[in-house]
Amino acid sequence: MSTHQERLQQPSGEPSHHRQHGITLPVIGFVLSIILTLIALWAVMNRVLGAGSLIALILILGAIQIFIQLFFFMHVTESKGPNWHAWMLALGLVFVIAIVAGSIWIMAFGALSY
Amino acid sequence: MSVLEQRLPAVDTHDDLPLEYAHEDDALRIFGFWVFLVTDMLLFSCVFATYVILYRHTNMGPTPTQLFDVRGFTAETLILLTSSFTSGIGTYEMRRGHRGALIGWLMVTWILGACFIGLEVSEFVADVASGATMSRSAFLSAFFTLVGMHGCHVSFGLLWMLCLMIQLGVKGITHVTARKVFIVGLYWHFLDVVWVFIFTVVYLIGELS
Repeated sequence: MSTHQERLQQPSGEPSHHRQHGITLPVIGFVLSIILTLIALWAVMNRVLGAGSLIALILILGAIQIFIQLFFFMHVTESKGPNWHAWMLALGLVFVIAIVAGSIWIMAFGALSY
Repeated sequence: MSVLEQRLPAVDTHDDLPLEYAHEDDALRIFGFWVFLVTDMLLFSCVFATYVILYRHTNMGPTPTQLFDVRGFTAETLILLTSSFTSGIGTYEMRRGHRGALIGWLMVTWILGACFIGLEVSEFVADVASGATMSRSAFLSAFFTLVGMHGCHVSFGLLWMLCLMIQLGVKGITHVTARKVFIVGLYWHFLDVVWVFIFTVVYLIGELS
């Protein structure tokens, strides 16, 4: 209990926690996010692929960036007890895909009439 | 020891979690904020779906390629990615107990966020001045709604961060302010992810159309 006591009585002092990720993770995350962004920009500006494959490529690069933010900055693996918020995120992702892909799919019928 | 346990029944016994999780109440609020982020993600996904359906409907007005300035949106993207990183460094310094460094990194994050909003507002003003108003076409309605909604989120984040910096200056790093810094960080990183998709779906795919 002594660690709790120290923690609460000296709140501005050095917190005595043990799972310190250090500075490496955010730095790696930052470098990766900049590189992925510049790759996407370069690929589009130079039209390195056909339009369809290019869109697929930049969407995949964007999806990787979600995981960079989640794991390198948002500490998504941290939780008190079971990792319920990860399940919430997964469920949210299912809804997002249903909304976006479903809307595009259904509005593709008779797209010239609206 | 028993006295401490009686006084502070909500204190966690897990030693491996940082200060912001020390109280049951704070851990619950962090979970609650994740739930908010998921609902905000659903809100954004609806506006993204609307944009993707409408962006070809330019009604003889400006097309995405004519409207977007590559240097402008690239600068906005790099600034926001950097601010996400500096906010992450802020959380790192907070967990080491360095209040001065935490406030300093939050200030850097705030300035980068303000530059981002400044660039976005000047982009919008230039668009409107050239006749590309929100009512010009379905594409422009969807564009201003999506990008403007993200801009409103970032502006709200700036106000929030400013209040938090003042509170940190007055109260220092406590379990309450630590939880608030962690939560505002989650919000900021989330907005960065949303922007990466605006950059991809609106600006880059706009260049291809």
